[in-house]
Amino acid sequence: MIPRPEDLIRVLPETIWCIFGVLMMLMQPMTRNRHVLSFFAILGTILGTSASIYAYQTVGTGPAFSQLIQFDAFSIFFHLLIGLVSILVVLAAGPYLERENLESAEFFALVLFATAGMGVLSSAQELLTAFIGLEMSSISSYILAGYRRDTIKSSESAMKYFLLGSFATAFFLYGIALVYGVTGTTNLTQMANADTSGNLIKLGLALILIGLGFKVAAAPFQLWTPDVYEGAPTPVTALFSAGPKAATFALMLRIFATVPAATHFWFWAFWILAALTMFVGNLGALVQTNVKRMLAYSSIAHAGYILVAFAAVTYLQGNSETGGAAAYAAVLFYLLSYALVKLGAFTIIGQLGGAGEKHLSLDDYTGLGRRQPVVAAALSLFLLSLLGLPVTAGFFGKFYVFKAAVNSHLIWLAVLMAVNSIIGAYYYFRLIVVMYMRDTAADTAHDAHSDHVETTLAEAAATGAPLTPFPLPVNIVLFVSAAGTVYFGLFPNQVLHFVLQSNLLGK
Amino acid sequence: MPLPGLLSVLIFFPALGALALLLLRGDDHVWIRRLSLTISIVEFIFSLLLIPKVPLGVAGYSLVEYYNWIAVPPIHYHLGIDGISLFLVILTTFLTPISVLASWSSINHRVKEFFVMLLMLEVGVIGVFVSLDLFLFFLFWEVMLIPMAFLIGIWGHERRIYAAIKFVLYTMAGSILMLVGIIWLYNLTGSFDLPKIQQALQDGRLFTLTSQQEMLLFLAFFGAFAIKVPLFPLHTWLPDAHVEAPTAGSVMLAGVLLKMGTYGMIRFCLPLFPNAAHKAAPWVAALAIVGIIYGALVSLVQPNLKKLVAYSSVSHLGFVVLGIFAFHNISMQGAVYQMLAHGISTGALFLLVGMLYDRRHTFEITQFGGLATPMPKLAAFFLFIALASMGLPMLNGFVGEFLILLGTFQTHPSWASWAALGVILSACYLLWAYQRVFFGEVTVEKNQTLPDASHREIGILVTMAVITLWMGIGSTFFTHRTAASSQNILDQMQRSNPQEANLHPSVINSVERPATR
Repeated sequence: MIPRPEDLIRVLPETIWCIFGVLMMLMQPMTRNRHVLSFFAILGTILGTSASIYAYQTVGTGPAFSQLIQFDAFSIFFHLLIGLVSILVVLAAGPYLERENLESAEFFALVLFATAGMGVLSSAQELLTAFIGLEMSSISSYILAGYRRDTIKSSESAMKYFLLGSFATAFFLYGIALVYGVTGTTNLTQMANADTSGNLIKLGLALILIGLGFKVAAAPFQLWTPDVYEGAPTPVTALFSAGPKAATFALMLRIFATVPAATHFWFWAFWILAALTMFVGNLGALVQTNVKRMLAYSSIAHAGYILVAFAAVTYLQGNSETGGAAAYAAVLFYLLSYALVKLGAFTIIGQLGGAGEKHLSLDDYTGLGRRQPVVAAALSLFLLSLLGLPVTAGFFGKFYVFKAAVNSHLIWLAVLMAVNSIIGAYYYFRLIVVMYMRDTAADTAHDAHSDHVETTLAEAAATGAPLTPFPLPVNIVLFVSAAGTVYFGLFPNQVLHFVLQSNLLGK
Repeated sequence: MPLPGLLSVLIFFPALGALALLLLRGDDHVWIRRLSLTISIVEFIFSLLLIPKVPLGVAGYSLVEYYNWIAVPPIHYHLGIDGISLFLVILTTFLTPISVLASWSSINHRVKEFFVMLLMLEVGVIGVFVSLDLFLFFLFWEVMLIPMAFLIGIWGHERRIYAAIKFVLYTMAGSILMLVGIIWLYNLTGSFDLPKIQQALQDGRLFTLTSQQEMLLFLAFFGAFAIKVPLFPLHTWLPDAHVEAPTAGSVMLAGVLLKMGTYGMIRFCLPLFPNAAHKAAPWVAALAIVGIIYGALVSLVQPNLKKLVAYSSVSHLGFVVLGIFAFHNISMQGAVYQMLAHGISTGALFLLVGMLYDRRHTFEITQFGGLATPMPKLAAFFLFIALASMGLPMLNGFVGEFLILLGTFQTHPSWASWAALGVILSACYLLWAYQRVFFGEVTVEKNQTLPDASHREIGILVTMAVITLWMGIGSTFFTHRTAASSQNILDQMQRSNPQEANLHPSVINSVERPATR
């Protein structure tokens, strides 16, 4: 079968990402100039991202490749989100790779391939296509996790991610096989009309849930997360925490939307997953002294908050009540706000970590409010957004999830989420306390009007993270994520309008 | 683009001022102080413009601003002011320049950040008092949290970090449950708009809340407010926060932040959930009375002067809560009045304690003694304010406590009798503390040479004393403006709750206001 031209245009973003990925590999033998490589990588991510808008404007929404791909508003949202994530990751990674003396080209190529995989995942209308997308992003991710291969932690990270990830993918694939066995199709649209009584399909759906639950780090499938996030190079951690999670949640939502009959099996599963994930993430984060690891646990906790909205979706659709659209919107808005914040936070951590990422402990952040006031302010903004305080995007994210939960009469789940928010408040606020309120050697010297202020300042700098100014690309990343966090915290209307449109998901 | 209304100006002017402050050089302390003083005084003058805008004897909101903000769910930027919030706003704008002056020489490091935080705090607090949209209210409620935590955590004393974290966690715990409550209420009513929900309640158009639902919603709101007030046994964050906070922080905390709790009870708990409020009233009153007596007893044995004042706040705020939950017009007026009076007198007490701290760097009462000899002026002001705080007639504390006890006695004589113990105890702990600090021989050598109040300090104290006296004598100026609104709150409770009206006909008929005429 020959693909129609609109089919090709609808997968243009993925095509561009892949082409540039290959281009990066081809360029590697020819140039070692990091700036050239960075430039092409950024160009590729930007072009790929804008291609989704171009595709929308030229051929509009609709299915492609005989319903393997569904190009609709939903997938445009995720293409833009994932594209934005990859642009920012590539921007932040340039200076990072230079500092750590790692090869640029392969790194960018892998990021581009992973992005393409996530793009496929978020628009797949057919389970095997989804599987291909999942594999594309996963395999690139495994390599990226171990990219600092002379560090033990990084290798450990890659190994753990690969072994557990392969298991999870196997579960996912086996689940697809079972579902196919019962319904006779892997296409979601056709599956909607299939007979869904019987136990085998429940088993299949459970296996799919396990596979996807692993990817979004839902407890009890979260064990890999802290180690992988901690060991991976920080820009990669930023990518992990924002990109694959969003894409996997996208696939889950699409399955819900197209196969409503399947969803009510999942209600209690999601209820328990959500509660468990929130507690595991927050209690884990509570005892961390390593900031990167703390944020890794906080990622788990936030996956739990999103799963609360999923429980709401499954409840509503299981009882054929209205209001599902608002819950979908909650998830999408949450993912956007969360991606911005996590990107910003991890970028700062990567930058402050210094060569070899040595300065990651809470103590290294002592007095940051004085040494680098702007950076500290930005990090505080991100932390407050994670905490869910008003005037940040995170607040609206949390608000809409709360609203979805209350809407579905899940009061107790909402209360559990509230309890978790308070636990979260402790460790996010603790980092702010360390940055601003704890005395540094320089502070005490200053207060005592010591004559040796200069030398103690230098000492403080030597014990803490280095005082180098941030490179321009990093500053751009921080500006974009901070501005986005505040903007969506004040004016969420446009995004909401987009994610609440009636034909969000194409049929 | 419509011109911003006066209330918007009031909210955002300090925020703009804070931005302007950020542009100054960090080590230019003199100009930072001058600019923040100017900003806060201009803000105070703006707030005085509100007084003629609130009509006498008419309940309802003035200066309403209503814009669409978020489409789904419908959230509006809805501001308005009535007799109750009017003076709370003015109290806030009044205490801010006082706090700026109080920090003039005692804050010497990170000066710019300090004043920025103080102004941002003002933004949040004013926003809370003038918001008529539940969502907007919640937003400001949370916004105010961070500057206060920073004020405690950066410029506080020894255990400031502990106190700051405790403050944040306590407040967050309450407010996040309130958020769930707000959303739940929205789900039942389809609106975040306070006047709209109230209207629906009165017309009887509203949802039929089961009594269990109403009680849960009431508790979700009440919990957040009770933590803020703080009501016994949720008060444990308060002494820590007060003792560790810098003077300006304590003044704002005691002066206005605690009032956000009692204000919330009046504005939301009573009119929205009248049945639950009636059911809970005995329990709340019991806690309030326990708070009154417990706070006073703890004050009595405090070796730490600032903690003494902090615990006296627990006691005084207990009166306010009691006055609110006695559901009597007079006690309600007394509660509103006591909120203002406590803001001034306890604010002034914290200022005085802060001045002592500036000289001696300690709050231990045993470190003082005989201070009236080296500093007669400060001692005189302290006595004046302490008398006001313990409720001496002619001064501001008397009016509020008297009205509360009078009103409470008419509905629940036993409550009033127990609470009256607090009045006696407050005289005990304040006078005894005063005696130990200012009278007798100078026991500590260092205290011989302490300088008396400076011109700046005298300026602050005279202002506070004049207001104290004015509120004591000219209380009608305030009560005329708050009367209609507080009556209105009770009327709303009655209208949405007809059986209860039959139980207490005296509540509706009580129009005589003996103490205010």
